[in-house]
Amino acid sequence: MKVHVKVNGISYEREVEPRALLAYFLREDCGLTGTHVGCDTSSCGCCVVVMDGERAVKSCSMFAVQADGHEILTVEGLADGGRLHALQQGFWDQHGLQCGYCTPGMLLTSYALLRHNATPSEADIREGLAGNLCRCTGYQNIVKAVQQAAGALRESVGAS
Amino acid sequence: MIPAAFEYLRAHTADEAFAFLQQHGAEARVLAGGQSLIPAMRFRLARPAVLVDINSLNDLSYIRVDAKSLAIGAIARDADVERAPWIADRRWSLIHDASRVVADPVVRQMGTVVGSLCHNDPAGDWTAVALAARAAVVVRGKSGNRQVGIDDFLVDSFTTATGEGEMALGVVFPMPDDRTAGSYQKMERKVGDFATAAAAVQVSMNDDGTIRSAGVALSAAGPCAVRVDAAERLLAGQKPGEELIRAASDAAWHRSAPQADLRGSVDYKKHLAGVLVARGLRQALARLGVQA
Repeated sequence: MKVHVKVNGISYEREVEPRALLAYFLREDCGLTGTHVGCDTSSCGCCVVVMDGERAVKSCSMFAVQADGHEILTVEGLADGGRLHALQQGFWDQHGLQCGYCTPGMLLTSYALLRHNATPSEADIREGLAGNLCRCTGYQNIVKAVQQAAGALRESVGAS
Repeated sequence: MIPAAFEYLRAHTADEAFAFLQQHGAEARVLAGGQSLIPAMRFRLARPAVLVDINSLNDLSYIRVDAKSLAIGAIARDADVERAPWIADRRWSLIHDASRVVADPVVRQMGTVVGSLCHNDPAGDWTAVALAARAAVVVRGKSGNRQVGIDDFLVDSFTTATGEGEMALGVVFPMPDDRTAGSYQKMERKVGDFATAAAAVQVSMNDDGTIRSAGVALSAAGPCAVRVDAAERLLAGQKPGEELIRAASDAAWHRSAPQADLRGSVDYKKHLAGVLVARGLRQALARLGVQA
């Protein structure tokens, strides 16, 4: 069936089978391979994208047809031209990744987390990221990265 | 791991969803949050020929509290329950506790309370909560809507009283009185896992310091969540104390009939059931300012 999904502000109209999962739609039909597939069974969080600006969802556990008429944000949509999003800058500055496989999911889950809570405590961040697994960093620098981003976003709101 | 092919039907009204389900009967499944159903389809443990997507039914996304009850619609998300403004009220502490430990925070963005009840996983969280809080599920059938008490609703593993062509529209939790608090105690190996064992407890007190009534239920303790009737009976009318809690804990141990798996042996899980009921009772009573 035909679906119409706005991804990172760009409209994609594609013919898909109902059983096509959103993660594969993004990667194969839209060519946006920044969304990674890890466990493929909703455990690891590598495939997290943000739906309608505020809801982090595991795109391996949602059908593309369910995204019809919705807006999806993937890691490709975070940076503003050549300028990294505060979260990306935070991961860069704080060494919040090693192999980078989990990073897109970490970024998008954190994005939704900060939309709901602009001043998260360390515990809030750790709890909020509990559905995203990382096997390299030990999470410490990921938490620091999100803290840095939260601070930077607050400052930019304050400045504007 | 791609699911088997199916026909996808998006419902725009509850009437339309019901008509689709009536038309396709046992072939069809309702797609709400999909956080259990879609993985099950990917593993080919479920192969519905038709999926009726109810995610567009915005009139079923309600979470409403009034003087008599809390009503949660079929597509209200776990995360929305967790963020509800009234959730910090101690009367809802059982539901609040559970809303923070179902699966993981991202799964809770999509997952629904009603979907979890309908899925009726032996180790689900909301099933035990619904038993302890004495909830009822609103089921739409051919002859209209009916409320099914949770004890009757949970029939067996992955089986509920929702018949062929019927759909669950929501769940209703009766409003607890002021002197009520609860606790949800879940032991999990890691965040997002199903419970190794879990206990849901809700206690209402009399003014004279005795327990008026108690709800006690276990998850991961049998084919589906179970009510620990014996514990509820022995708690009612009594003054809380260490001996009483031990007796309720023993009743939970007796009632628990888990299966051994990678999460633990039968002995271990039965032991946990007893420990978690005791912890749950202590926490619920502490929330009421009662020493035990």
